[in-house]
Amino acid sequence: MNHSIKRGVSLYSYQEEFFLKKMSLEDCIAATAATGATGIEIVGEQSIPGCPNIPSDKFVVQWFEWMDKYNVTPVAHDMFLDYNKKKGHYYTDEEAVESFKKDIRFAHKLGFKIIRVIVNTTPQIMEKVIPYAEDHDIKLGIEVHAPWHINSPWMTRHWEVMEKTGTKHFGFIPDMGGFTKRLAMVQVNRLIRQGADPEIAKFVCEQHEKGVMAEYTIYEVSRMSDRRIDMAVAELSRHNTFANPISLKEHMDRIVHVHGKFYDMTEDFIEPSIPYEDVINVLKDGGYNGYICSEYEGNRHIQDIQEVDSVLQVKRHQQMLVNYGVK
Amino acid sequence: MIVEDNLKNVVDEGKVSGFQFGARLPYYRGVSLSMLEEIEVSVDGKVLPQDKVHLIVRDNTYNLKQREEELDDRWEMGEVVNLFIEKEEGLPKGKHQLGLKVNIRIGYLPFPAIRNAQKEITIE
Repeated sequence: MNHSIKRGVSLYSYQEEFFLKKMSLEDCIAATAATGATGIEIVGEQSIPGCPNIPSDKFVVQWFEWMDKYNVTPVAHDMFLDYNKKKGHYYTDEEAVESFKKDIRFAHKLGFKIIRVIVNTTPQIMEKVIPYAEDHDIKLGIEVHAPWHINSPWMTRHWEVMEKTGTKHFGFIPDMGGFTKRLAMVQVNRLIRQGADPEIAKFVCEQHEKGVMAEYTIYEVSRMSDRRIDMAVAELSRHNTFANPISLKEHMDRIVHVHGKFYDMTEDFIEPSIPYEDVINVLKDGGYNGYICSEYEGNRHIQDIQEVDSVLQVKRHQQMLVNYGVK
Repeated sequence: MIVEDNLKNVVDEGKVSGFQFGARLPYYRGVSLSMLEEIEVSVDGKVLPQDKVHLIVRDNTYNLKQREEELDDRWEMGEVVNLFIEKEEGLPKGKHQLGLKVNIRIGYLPFPAIRNAQKEITIE
């Protein structure tokens, strides 16, 4: 089938440099464009002060000038639903919907066509905001983030809403972290530096790669060690899950966007923990024509021993996408 | 998390009323102040009462109660805010071990997000 998968970058990838003020928002956009990617994704509350309040007119003008200058397009805004924002009070559905609508207006104002819906958002809330998203021509996508997979019970409930409403404005956003076939060594090595037993770590990695259920591995490790840090290694196998990429196939027309999560890119453009080529082949065969946005998340696991170079990591990730046929 | 640049004893009407230092939120996005469940400061291993900690965000100062009720003003990603800690006579001159614990209430996490930092500081 014909595919026209496009490449983008989530500016979340550059968070280390952005946090340390080594890169400005414009620098992040420029770094994205320099990779040849054409799409911009943001975590609004990270990149733009005051989000989800509508930014000033001056900022909005500046934003679109940057889009023109670097020849990139706003693709997705990642929203949150902080239902416990008020201390001791849990949002009513009405409050949650109001909070969500703010994000829709924010995304619309800055030209985004997709909102990444945070995974704790309930199917009931989705049903209530869909008409508003339709009015603003924003596609909503629930993030399928490990340890969830696309057929998890929670995702099935959301799927029911997609079916029931028949809307074109609600679907899934699979995160590549849900295809973690081998545990990310940047994560494992960080725990070893913090005192985890390297032999136990090796055992956990082997069990994970074999596909042994995490609960079994956790139980085995609990018999080998009573140290919390060793359990933390075992628990990596529970949080970083692997689903067969074929599972995306039956949902292809409901996939609105893809998060290209990655932990570490090698010099020869390989992500050792995630079989990207297999996933991309499923997307290509299914005729997926949205974006894959690079989402670098290795930073937090190496910042204690080396300077993080997010720009280089993203560049390699983008080159990998090109190598696998994503133009 | 701990930013030493703004570290000093604070003099109020000729009297030292406490000390302050800069801090960055240990999280990948900004949050409303109401989501800061706890801000705990310790000096040389001794934890100071949380109701003595005031948060200075740009031009506004918030005490514990005001902070908990503040739904709009935000501690943005990477933003250095100042923490002012009421303490008679402030900190004595010399080296101290400064500790900071920040606990953020985050909607999608089923557990509290707690981050700790320690830094050796010098009061001149």
